[in-house]
Amino acid sequence: MTTHTLSVLVENKPGVLARVAALFSRRGFNIDSLAVGETEHPGVSRITIVVDVEAGSLEQVTKQLNKLVHVLKIVELEAGSSVQRELLLVKVRADAATRGQVIAAAELFKARSVDVTPDTVTFEVTGNRDKIEAFLEVLEPFGIKELVQSGTVALGRGAKSMASLSRYVSPNSQQ
Amino acid sequence: MSTPVKAPKPGPQAAKDGSQAARAQPARPKAPRPAPPLGAPAAAPVLTGAQAVVRALEELEVEAVFGIPGGAILPAYDPLLDSQKVRHVLVRHEQGAGHAAQGYALATGRVGVCMATSGPGATNLVTPLADAHMDSVPIVAITGQVASTAIGTDAFQEADIVGITMPITKHSYLVTAVEDIPRVLAEAFHVASTGRPGPVLVDIPKDLLQGTGEFVWPPKMDLPGYRPTTQPHGKQIREAAALIAEARRPVLYVGGGVVKSGAHAELRTLAELTGAPVITTLMARGAFPDSHPQHLGMPGMHGSVPAVHALQKSDLIVALGARFDDRVTGKLDTFAPEAKIVHVDIDPAEIGKNRDVDVPIVGDCRAAIAAMAEAYADPGKERLKTWWETLDDLRERYPLGYTDIDDGLLTPQWVIQRLGELAPADTIWTAGVGQHQMWASQFIKYEAPGTFLNSGGLGTMGFAVPAAMGAKLGEMGRTVWAVDGDGCFQMTNQELATCAIEGIPIKVAVINNGNLGMVRQWQTLFYDKRYSQTNLSTHHSEASPRVPDFVKLAEALGCVGLRAETAAEVDAVIRQANEINDRPVVVDFTVGPDAMVWPMVPAGVSNDEILYARDVRPNFDDEGEI
Repeated sequence: MTTHTLSVLVENKPGVLARVAALFSRRGFNIDSLAVGETEHPGVSRITIVVDVEAGSLEQVTKQLNKLVHVLKIVELEAGSSVQRELLLVKVRADAATRGQVIAAAELFKARSVDVTPDTVTFEVTGNRDKIEAFLEVLEPFGIKELVQSGTVALGRGAKSMASLSRYVSPNSQQ
Repeated sequence: MSTPVKAPKPGPQAAKDGSQAARAQPARPKAPRPAPPLGAPAAAPVLTGAQAVVRALEELEVEAVFGIPGGAILPAYDPLLDSQKVRHVLVRHEQGAGHAAQGYALATGRVGVCMATSGPGATNLVTPLADAHMDSVPIVAITGQVASTAIGTDAFQEADIVGITMPITKHSYLVTAVEDIPRVLAEAFHVASTGRPGPVLVDIPKDLLQGTGEFVWPPKMDLPGYRPTTQPHGKQIREAAALIAEARRPVLYVGGGVVKSGAHAELRTLAELTGAPVITTLMARGAFPDSHPQHLGMPGMHGSVPAVHALQKSDLIVALGARFDDRVTGKLDTFAPEAKIVHVDIDPAEIGKNRDVDVPIVGDCRAAIAAMAEAYADPGKERLKTWWETLDDLRERYPLGYTDIDDGLLTPQWVIQRLGELAPADTIWTAGVGQHQMWASQFIKYEAPGTFLNSGGLGTMGFAVPAAMGAKLGEMGRTVWAVDGDGCFQMTNQELATCAIEGIPIKVAVINNGNLGMVRQWQTLFYDKRYSQTNLSTHHSEASPRVPDFVKLAEALGCVGLRAETAAEVDAVIRQANEINDRPVVVDFTVGPDAMVWPMVPAGVSNDEILYARDVRPNFDDEGEI
């Protein structure tokens, strides 16, 4: 089993996320992370799915996904040829005695403090999974009160885009 | 057939709507017409959603809808009363509507349509939708939904049918605006009938059926993510043709896709050109004539010995619109170990799904088979001589057959064989699921595609009667025989009332062994004859009379009921049934419970372990040689 990142362009229609997610669950694949959002065209959304499967199973699920009428295009993004980021918000215990150390650690990771109370600081940080994990490891001794992570979002590197969306959404393109 | 079966209802519609009456009726297009030139329709009419549904069905040249009204779909039934073109067939259970739509689609090649109300009406369509999904049958199901303001409130008769059917439909819609109705229906028909065919569900909230909106026809379809590949790749076609020319033990493994794409003529050309043996799956019976000398029969769990063995020992399997189903392959990792695979399918997800492929060909079977025949250069038939000697020897030693069991009851295989021999040549056959289905596949000879309609993938008991109803409605000029079992028949026989009242004279042969026969066969073979819950008591005995008595049941449902209990009666009763064309007819054939379906590959084992009869393993002379 290896981790794969799929970037799936879909029509922005009701139920499309349910259809995509159902295909994974039907085959017993656990989705590690999922992120959905609009693209540069409001009619098209991009779903980034990180899933842990064997290559053969991945091919089958990709083919099944392609059969969904609302799915426009699927690309697997390799770690080396794409930028992959997660967002983390984390609330850490930080009183007068430890606040200096906590903030110093956060600076190493280019995390921003977004909320401060006498006993806690909340940081915002983005990065790939390794960086997020390393940051959490550093904060652990101070006491993490709670945290939230987004799913991975990813884009291929280089000048090319995954698809010209105008091909899909021009109002008179389809007959 | 192009005219509705029932006389058009009198009504003012035709006079009111001159444009429609004047519209020429060209050959039916499979998909909606292309858009008119720019600026053509000046002003679109404003219709209610209900009228839009009926008008769209008329524009799509639907001649029959099978359904039952109910609260949420009720508005659509009002304009339906006035339609001159769309005939509604009032079924007795929504499952019957769905299977009838399937039978219609399979017999005519057109999209079958069924309609139901929200909640229980819609959930009763789940089985036929799943069946159509497994067997790639183009049907459109239109369901009423509770008003859009009530969706999600657990309203009366509310069910999330789009959610429920998501994994068993090719596509589905919950309509959200009245103006979308024509586009959604046009898209539904397009998606159902193109690419790999399948079921599409259109769920319409009641308030949209009652609301009004512009009716634009033809609508602009908006399916940017739907682009089925139909043209096969030339390079792969050439590779496939070269492999066939090299192969010493080739087999053409023909599935339902050949029937769906209408590729039977091309298949015959390819088969005769290459000289390769042909095997037709349960879904493809009739795609290649049973009488053709290159035809080896059906593969799989109850396939013929030569067909099963040919696949096992093949060095090249050319799969045409077939999907390496587990009932065909047996234990997958021992299936056809030496065979290279050429796999033609319109659905790319089928290729490589169960068996790795050497030459994948995504495309329409008809185009692909024609192209392969074109690209094929015949090196002479000499190379297949040994192969045919082996196969002919198996054909001779292990033909399909049966032995009579001396129990004073009819032999089911013989009854089915006689049905086939005495029916008109262009008869359409349907079957339920179980022993009678396998015997109907084995002992009736099919010469043309689309003449044997049954539930292959899902294995839906109760398919035969409603599917026969749909097939007969679509092909009124032909005889339609449903070969059914006593278990299956009791699941959907209420549609005989529909047939009787709507004037759809189907014929039903109940192969009545008093038991759930296939389950009983497994109990005999694998459960030490412990017959748990398989006796249906439909035979007459000292202990109990027949419950139910199928003759009386048939009569109560407005049909002719006949019975044959002795061999001497069988032919006469079949002839009598064949003569009756003004009413449905049911024949109760009282057959023995101990007959079994042979050959058989027990579940979960290699196809090498095929049994010709109980404890009889064929003697394959070539073992270890080829």
